[in-house]
Amino acid sequence: MRTRPATRFLQYVAVVCYLIFLGFPLLWLISSSLKSPREFASVTPSLFPKNLDFSNYTDALNEQGLIRGLGNSLQISLYSTILVLVVSLPVAYALARFRSRLRPITNGWILVSQVFPVILIVIPLFMILRPLHLTNTIPGVVIVYMVWSLPFALWMLQGYVAAVPRELEEAASVDGAGRLRTIVSIVMPLLRPGLIATAMFTFISAWNEFFFALVLLQDPQLKTLPLVLARFVGAEGQVQFGPLAAASVLATVPSLVFFAFLQRRLTSGLLSGAVKG
Amino acid sequence: MIVEKSQAMIPALIPVVIFSVYPLLQGIYLGFTDARAGLHVETNFVGFDNFTKLLHNGLFWDSFRIGVIWTLSVTILQFVFALGLALLLNTDMKFRGVARTLALIPWAMPPVVVAIMWRLLLHPTNGPVNEILQKLHLTDHPINFLGDFSTALPAVIVVGIWVGMPMTTVTLLAGMQGIDRSLYEAAAVDGAGAWSQFWNITLPQLKTVIIAITSLDMIWNFNSFGLVYVLTAGGPGGKTMLPMLFAYNEAFRYGNFGMAAAMGDVMVVIIILFLFFYLRNRLRSEA
Repeated sequence: MRTRPATRFLQYVAVVCYLIFLGFPLLWLISSSLKSPREFASVTPSLFPKNLDFSNYTDALNEQGLIRGLGNSLQISLYSTILVLVVSLPVAYALARFRSRLRPITNGWILVSQVFPVILIVIPLFMILRPLHLTNTIPGVVIVYMVWSLPFALWMLQGYVAAVPRELEEAASVDGAGRLRTIVSIVMPLLRPGLIATAMFTFISAWNEFFFALVLLQDPQLKTLPLVLARFVGAEGQVQFGPLAAASVLATVPSLVFFAFLQRRLTSGLLSGAVKG
Repeated sequence: MIVEKSQAMIPALIPVVIFSVYPLLQGIYLGFTDARAGLHVETNFVGFDNFTKLLHNGLFWDSFRIGVIWTLSVTILQFVFALGLALLLNTDMKFRGVARTLALIPWAMPPVVVAIMWRLLLHPTNGPVNEILQKLHLTDHPINFLGDFSTALPAVIVVGIWVGMPMTTVTLLAGMQGIDRSLYEAAAVDGAGAWSQFWNITLPQLKTVIIAITSLDMIWNFNSFGLVYVLTAGGPGGKTMLPMLFAYNEAFRYGNFGMAAAMGDVMVVIIILFLFFYLRNRLRSEA
């Protein structure tokens, strides 16, 4: 189909508007992180820094709390990802493979649980974790993140398991492989992309998460990166925007790397989960 | 065989019950108790006490109203803008890949970082938005977008759109690319223009995707917390006090766990009712 030049022109104008709306804030954040403190204070801010100044990054990295927050976030995200995968893989397998009346019930639950406001998740967990002395600890947050990401991980993984041809498993069992052997040597390798996608999704959810961490972690030693960043903003007037912008850029890098890597798989995983669930 | 399989599923489901079903049901139940934050406090079942108190709590309903305005405006505008962008990206344009990648970035960013970034952008003294508005003579004095009573909620809604639009765009685009090309070719042969193709092919074919993504957006927006907490913390004067922020304060500032859980219960009921009517009407008009 041919598009008239005038229409085409308008289309490009529209796309450029979109790109400005979506891209300008990012550009501004990055450029702010590269401005010297003096340029930052200038009354007429410019989009591009006059000369690149990396002192904001060194300042941010010299900030004790920030490095610690980075470490805490990394630990928590990693542990909760591993835990979610270990717990959800067998469940997802059972949901995708066994025809049982429990399947629609469980899938119904997965959907319903997505509607729950986090306040209804955090209060009971808080009351369960407190007598166990797990509030204000890293294992406590890891458990909460697992509860929170489990339904979605199940939803995603189920779609991936269903996409593995059943015939392969039947062939393996004809050859005398038991259920476990079949899972380990036939299903797992084929599931790798799905496992990676689910792992990344869980990792990033934990890395970006703010609410649960805010509620559960009071000890400054344990605060995650989003909490540390949010505290920077809190003290209005005292804010050093340059280092804050630099730290924000640093906090976004892992998510961006993962999403760039994962973008196609994630959308297809979402869709296959939706269609085949 | 079927019996064997049902039983085989039960051990696999134990973690779901322990880590998902139990805490959430417990959360619902707490709304009917007087649970408080202290360590050795007894929790008693109080029936519908919390809910009758909520009925007379004007502040809660204010925040509820704000929550509904926020959810509907963000979801609808997100959808409209995302549909436009997806249609553009679905044509054979240049820099489509760039646009698509760029579209994913806001979604991947931590909400706290998004909030910090927009606070820089909207800053009254050295934010670029005010700078541009003044250069264009749209305003003669800097506007404190996030601190002013009349602009705080609209400003927060714009940020909400910015965050959620990309995900919606990518989903709609995926749906559009699944539409059978021959439908358009047949329509073109019949002399249908772009507009009529959009109305008669694209929209009906996208229906399921549209319903799915707008429902999800609605849930996510209604339950969102971190973004607005860092942008405004509910201020100025409670103008952006979303229900989640209100419930958070009730639970962790004032220690009224039971009351906060009751607010959560009300939120669940409202959103389920809303989805029920939304989905029922949509699915019925399909039949």
